[in-house]
Amino acid sequence: MELEAVKILAGALALLPLTGIGIGLGMIFSSYNEAVGRNPGAAELLDKRFMFTFAVTEALAIFALLIAFYLVFA
Amino acid sequence: MATNPMHQFEITPLIPFQLGGVDLSFTNASLWMVIATVVSIGFFSLATSNARLVPGRLQAAAEGAYDFIANLITDNLGSRGKEYFPLVFSLFIFVYVANTLGMIPYSFTVTSHLAVTAALALLIFFAVLLIGIGRHGFHFFGLFVPSGVPGWLLPLVVLIEFISFLSRPITLSVRLFANMVAGHVMLKVIAGFSIMFATAGGVAWAATIFPVIMNVLMIGFEFFIAFIQAYVFAVLTCIYLKDTIEVGH
Repeated sequence: MELEAVKILAGALALLPLTGIGIGLGMIFSSYNEAVGRNPGAAELLDKRFMFTFAVTEALAIFALLIAFYLVFA
Repeated sequence: MATNPMHQFEITPLIPFQLGGVDLSFTNASLWMVIATVVSIGFFSLATSNARLVPGRLQAAAEGAYDFIANLITDNLGSRGKEYFPLVFSLFIFVYVANTLGMIPYSFTVTSHLAVTAALALLIFFAVLLIGIGRHGFHFFGLFVPSGVPGWLLPLVVLIEFISFLSRPITLSVRLFANMVAGHVMLKVIAGFSIMFATAGGVAWAATIFPVIMNVLMIGFEFFIAFIQAYVFAVLTCIYLKDTIEVGH
């Protein structure tokens, strides 16, 4: 295979972890919505925890994206 | 035309300066760090220079930022955390201002460089280590020994706790740096789609509007990420500093 083709393929493979991170983020969103639905009074406390867990999980997706960018462009 | 999306992160020396073979040039990164510091100090001195009992718009913004971090510290560290307020507040404001200044077109995102975020993270790491050992002495290492773990499992748990303690500065710095780099590269890549459509010929130029719409949404999202990452940086600093206040799980 040509080097350019391998680079793009490697970039695509580096994005495979997004499957798991997508499932994880979906679980965070679903449990947040469920918790707020059950107890709207706790929304203010839950907002902060939600933002924190969301950002920490989302960072993993960003790591994968960064590796893909480096493989393709750098 | 610079089509490489990594071009925006290049560091160029503005005032070249060598000292004993070490490059100490004043670069565009240094310039934007100075700007971030001047903007944050300028904003807070302007907002509080004419302080009133009933705050104006500017003063209310400054007080909002103060309250936000004060609540964060009280929630995470309790009343004894007040002594860490200046550290956490300046870290939060610096990271937030640097992230947001990076959103200005043709500006430079200071926090998109691992050197900057790693310096901030190592500062926190060594602060926790030194304050913890200075205050609790040898008991500080009780941090690695969670209570209620059966004896035969203890060596493994201590090893895991030790490694997770050492990886703190790495995850803290890489999270911020990777978010900033990936976000800005994504904007450039999506903008590049517009150019691809425009130069494709035929009726494809009509599709150039879609990447632009996408980018407008992404820029809004990037401002949100800029805040969230500064917030996460402050929260994690608080969580790490908690070990200096109370030792033991």
